[in-house]
Amino acid sequence: MTTIDLGLPGLAGVPTFEGAQTAKDYKTDQEVRWCPGCGDYAVLAAVQSFLPELGLRRENIVFISGIGCSSRFPYYMNTYGMHSIHGRAPAIATGLATSRGDLSVWVVTGDGDALSIGGNHLIHALRRNVNLKILLFNNRIYGLTKGQYSPTSEEGKVTKSTPMGSLDHPFNPVSLALGAEASFVGRALDSDRKQLTEVLRAAAEHRGSALVEIYQNCPIFNDGAFDVLKDAGERTDRIIPLRHGEPIRFGAEGQHGVVRDPKTGALRVAEVAAVGEQALVVHDVTLDDPSYAFALSRLSGSELDHTPIGVFRSVSRPAYDDLARAQVAAAKDKPADLSSLLRGKDTWTVLD
Amino acid sequence: MSIDVGRGTRHTEVHKMDRVVIRFAGDSGDGMQLTGDRFTSEAAAFGNDLATLPNFPAEIRAPQGTLPGVSSFQLHFADYDILTPGDRPDVLVVMNPAALKSNITDLPPGGTLIVNTDEFTKRNLTRVGYATNPLEDGSLASYQVHSVAMATLTRKALEPSGLSKKDAERAKNMFALGLLSWMYHRPTEGTERYLREKFAKLPAIAEANVLAFRTGWNYGETTESFAVTYEVAPAKLAAGTYRQITGNTALAYGIVAAGQCSKLPVFLGTYPITPASDILHELAKHKNFGVTTFQAEDEIAGIGAALGASFGGALGVTSTSGPGIALKSETIGLAVMTEMPLLVLDIQRGGPSTGLPTKTEQADLLQAMFGRNGEAPVAIVAPRSPADCFDMALEATRIALTYRTPVLLLSDGYIANGSEPWLVPEVENLPDLSVRFATEPNATDGSGAFWPYLRDPETLARPWALPGTPGLEHRIGGLEKAENTGSISYDPDNHDRMVRLRQAKVNGIAVADAEVDDPSGAARVLVLGWGSSFGPIGAACRRVRRLGMDIAHVHLRNLNPFPKNLGALLANYDKVVVPEMNMGQLALLLRAKYLVDAASYTKVAGLPFKAEELQDVFAAFVKGLDS
Repeated sequence: MTTIDLGLPGLAGVPTFEGAQTAKDYKTDQEVRWCPGCGDYAVLAAVQSFLPELGLRRENIVFISGIGCSSRFPYYMNTYGMHSIHGRAPAIATGLATSRGDLSVWVVTGDGDALSIGGNHLIHALRRNVNLKILLFNNRIYGLTKGQYSPTSEEGKVTKSTPMGSLDHPFNPVSLALGAEASFVGRALDSDRKQLTEVLRAAAEHRGSALVEIYQNCPIFNDGAFDVLKDAGERTDRIIPLRHGEPIRFGAEGQHGVVRDPKTGALRVAEVAAVGEQALVVHDVTLDDPSYAFALSRLSGSELDHTPIGVFRSVSRPAYDDLARAQVAAAKDKPADLSSLLRGKDTWTVLD
Repeated sequence: MSIDVGRGTRHTEVHKMDRVVIRFAGDSGDGMQLTGDRFTSEAAAFGNDLATLPNFPAEIRAPQGTLPGVSSFQLHFADYDILTPGDRPDVLVVMNPAALKSNITDLPPGGTLIVNTDEFTKRNLTRVGYATNPLEDGSLASYQVHSVAMATLTRKALEPSGLSKKDAERAKNMFALGLLSWMYHRPTEGTERYLREKFAKLPAIAEANVLAFRTGWNYGETTESFAVTYEVAPAKLAAGTYRQITGNTALAYGIVAAGQCSKLPVFLGTYPITPASDILHELAKHKNFGVTTFQAEDEIAGIGAALGASFGGALGVTSTSGPGIALKSETIGLAVMTEMPLLVLDIQRGGPSTGLPTKTEQADLLQAMFGRNGEAPVAIVAPRSPADCFDMALEATRIALTYRTPVLLLSDGYIANGSEPWLVPEVENLPDLSVRFATEPNATDGSGAFWPYLRDPETLARPWALPGTPGLEHRIGGLEKAENTGSISYDPDNHDRMVRLRQAKVNGIAVADAEVDDPSGAARVLVLGWGSSFGPIGAACRRVRRLGMDIAHVHLRNLNPFPKNLGALLANYDKVVVPEMNMGQLALLLRAKYLVDAASYTKVAGLPFKAEELQDVFAAFVKGLDS
């Protein structure tokens, strides 16, 4: 069975494992050193239980991370891995993925790592559409350096480095990724294992760069940042589940929906009873024009009032690493005669 | 128009010379680099030994006719083996007043000056500060001046071609090349073939350039103004097949060869920067050798991608210069910590900061040696000439693959762009650089685990286990590792041991002994150099010996670690002199390591040393000991 037979065209070229795998196979003997209650545990467990389902050879999976709490992730995955430099994981992973088409390469990063020090590498990896699955753990705070505000912290955030409140306007990571020409963008919550796994699977199946923003709780420095999305009373009115091909509606009774504003062309939340079912936008991840997905990403800001969760966009575009390997393969039609290369066109001979 | 070239009938006096230095100088839009390159190829095809020095501004097109916009190309060719592009030209060709003004002081009295008079207008003269026309005011009386209206003559010759005046005059550099080719009895077929290939898609331009070239040749042949032509016989070099090569091309070929010799795919991750970009350009042409080139978003991503490719089992390479090497420091540190092979090609240029992008310098040695946080030793090698770049690329690869370490290769702008004849190696004589990857668990505790930091007892290298190898899954990274197992470790004793192990691994790299050039064996002064100063230092030593003095020369190609015999060598001499194009960086290392009272001679002018200047310095040291 190849990954193609398994219905995983996004993983073409990665060898499969015939036997059974379990989450245990993906655990290392290293003691996990995140703080008690950290959202990273939930993500680690989700990844460890989801990867065996893919049926890949474990030795052909590589996790590359930068620096930060989330970047310890590779040490706990019994695959190949590298815990690299702050912000540089997408660059290192690009070299690995480009030179090795038989690997499934994952990048684990955080809001500081990916969006602050590593912003340049992230946008270029997405633009090139390198075959990388990028898991962006967004806890809206710097954890490893003990609690400074991050590029996704809400304005006015009071932290050790901003006692009078932060002044920077935050990034919306989904909007940023879409602006950087990402071919796949999704969002998940650390606490919703089922939905997280769905998005991870969709990312794995995608050929090219896939960015998954994972809202992740930091219990020490930004505890409860996403509680409104987890609270039983509030979450149904705030979370907008995205399902391809279905009208976008939410709320305990499905009473809210997303409609297009005829004036601005943007999307907004409306009451279904007021606008009618026909007015609801039908979610389509395959739209080539990114402005639809971008409009979706703008429904929520820092305040998390209306937060779409799921796959925003998944379009097909040639992956950089596939193209780079194809160029080398095509060039190999020409003989590689080193002697002739070194001699060149103009030589002269000195006789004894 | 029908012109026969190469069948001159006019009688001219032919002077036989053993060596000539020609400098072409003009505006940066005048095509001086191309002209110099072509004359070089003609000299190479004729079998002369040669050395070249291109010198051009960082601006692509500085304002026309200004002093900062002057671009020049100096070529030294001879009937014997030479070491430098020459201190001063014998013949100076200038295309405009700015080129005259900025180059004339280098022409010795009696030298030949060939001037394109068309640009000597009042406006152009005033622009560069000439109050009167130097061609008319007698200020050039000490030179043999040939005034030639090159642009006018070229334009007239090209009138039938229907090209615009501007396009026709652009071919005046080929006129100059034709004239010089006539003066020095150079073969012309190569240039004509080259022009037709270069402009294959623009046949009218190709023929115009060929015609301009022939017109220049015929101008020499038919006008009476040139009474003498010169012959420089082919050089008696070691037997074999030669080609002309620049340092950057040789370095790129060395990387291609290293991939073949190691049987590894090559991955170049890089970002364009002068004067290193040509390595990318060259390697991008050779994908058929399994070479992948990746033009990254920045210097950091370039080296990061190269390191990622190394992790996957490729020969990871990055290339850079100037501030680029500073940006790569962090990733070099990660390569030290993860103990992976990585080649870092640093084509040094004038610094600090942006500095002098197109000029040469040797001021990155201490950065290569120490420029990282923590104790982060790396191997350092330095080619000594353009052709030597090929050999040092292989040497750097040998060290990187054998010892699993980043290697910094320090070339510089002078040898990167300069060219010389290269005795093309036989492929079957190239070294075997093949690698053994780890395939089995290796733990010595019977656990059946894989220990990524269990070292080879001889080289102290750790195993290279590629992703895709079952049973060897492991994690590496920038955190300190426990000896052997490679788990994260904050243990104080372990850290101390690992720091010492990484140092011992680099210290223990096997490198060839330094060779001494001391023909008499009686020298008391040793000149010690590294990198591109090999030519000027060697030439200066020859001159000192011709004056009847003894002097020894050692040129280091391995700078970390130093050759094992270096300490003993230094102790053999009464005086050690270290000339460098920096403020004395090698001298500092030598003084620290060997407690030798080395004398530093430094110049940081963006140009290579002149043999003449070093001759005086060396002679003074020899005489100083004698007195």
